[in-house]
Amino acid sequence: MMRAHFWGTRGSLPVALTADGVREKLQAALRAARGRPLDTEADVQRVIASLPFSTQGTYGGHTACVQIETGGFDHFVCDMGSGLRPFGQAAMRQHRGAAQTFHIFLSHLHWDHIMGLPFFVPAFVPGNRVVIYGCHDGLEAALRRQQETPSFPVDFSIFNAKLEFVRLAPGQRHEVSGVGVTPMLQRHGGDSYGYRFESQGKSVVYSTDSEHPLDQPEHTARFVEFFRDADLVIFDAMYSLADAVSVKADWGHSSNIVGVELCQMAGARRLCLFHHEPVFDDAAIEAVLTETRRLEEITRGARPLQVSAAYDGLEIGL
Amino acid sequence: MEISTRRFANAIVARPVGRIDHVTSGAVELALTPLVAEAGVAHGCLVLDFSALDYISSVGLRVLMVAARQLRDAQAQLLVTALQPVVAEIFAISRFNRILSVTDGLDDALALCSPEALATYRSSEDPAGGPR
Repeated sequence: MMRAHFWGTRGSLPVALTADGVREKLQAALRAARGRPLDTEADVQRVIASLPFSTQGTYGGHTACVQIETGGFDHFVCDMGSGLRPFGQAAMRQHRGAAQTFHIFLSHLHWDHIMGLPFFVPAFVPGNRVVIYGCHDGLEAALRRQQETPSFPVDFSIFNAKLEFVRLAPGQRHEVSGVGVTPMLQRHGGDSYGYRFESQGKSVVYSTDSEHPLDQPEHTARFVEFFRDADLVIFDAMYSLADAVSVKADWGHSSNIVGVELCQMAGARRLCLFHHEPVFDDAAIEAVLTETRRLEEITRGARPLQVSAAYDGLEIGL
Repeated sequence: MEISTRRFANAIVARPVGRIDHVTSGAVELALTPLVAEAGVAHGCLVLDFSALDYISSVGLRVLMVAARQLRDAQAQLLVTALQPVVAEIFAISRFNRILSVTDGLDDALALCSPEALATYRSSEDPAGGPR
């Protein structure tokens, strides 16, 4: 059994709901409740359930952090964005002091993907083991640098857990605590790497901060193979296609349309839109999801592709 | 892929038939290259009549983007017209309807190009020259 648990889904920088945003949701909810019974708790829950997700919830604002549950005792995590903090707190609650091992795979070293480490509580706990994997030169140096004066008040000496750094070779399958992990070079400023996780016949691909040049068929073929028959593809869909090929060309991100096309060509079963544009509110992300599902519907081949949009707290079981 | 062309004053109308996808986009780009050059020299328009186009993928949309940019650099313009419902949805979802000039029908596109292009088209459609 594999399960993806999303702790941070936003691109570039964390965002938070504002007072105006909360008020808009309340107004929409109260309007929807007009004329409906609200006498019992069950009535209230029925009204809430009838609301769109963008009204009854929020996509959240933490930057990239996704837990890949594999059924084993060790933790597998992709990226250390600000979502690493709530993940770490949950891991501490869940294991109640028992020593834990965390295998953390970094797509790249940009700030939004590493900013959670200084606040990762398990790294402060003696007996824990935190193994950080990546394909970049200077992996450890980049993480140490963000905690140096004057950027942060405490350096790595504050961490009591055992920290280890492992450089992975892209394009090769590695075995990590019983899980197959294959990194893939991606197009992004300073390079980024996607990861394919395989365990017990299931596969999850984590592919964020990845631009797909549309004039390079060999690039497309490489990613179709990387996504081949995946049970879940977590995909950077930050921009519209129009933006990705015009004003935001070479910014290192992709679109919902390319996500659907690559997954369809690869025969993947599920696509999860990820790395949401930070200027998008909940309604805008929901609109992108609705449109993406419609695109999948009108372009569907032999196998349907389930499409979802990641939110902080989403869990997808495979 | 079949692409027919017609000329009305300073407008070239190209009408692709079928699908522009990963398989056919290279041929479409090749076919459009001389038309883009011709429209650019004339500072005119290249009108893509999509009335017989069933589908366009991201790769095909990129071809349009490149053509639009080349024409703009030459003080010419790309116009896209007569989208089938599925193609119109793809334009909306991709937001290409916001970065390309899209019109409902060929008349509208040619009117945006020049009065001469529209008049030439109308006379060609109605040899008797009677009221329309």
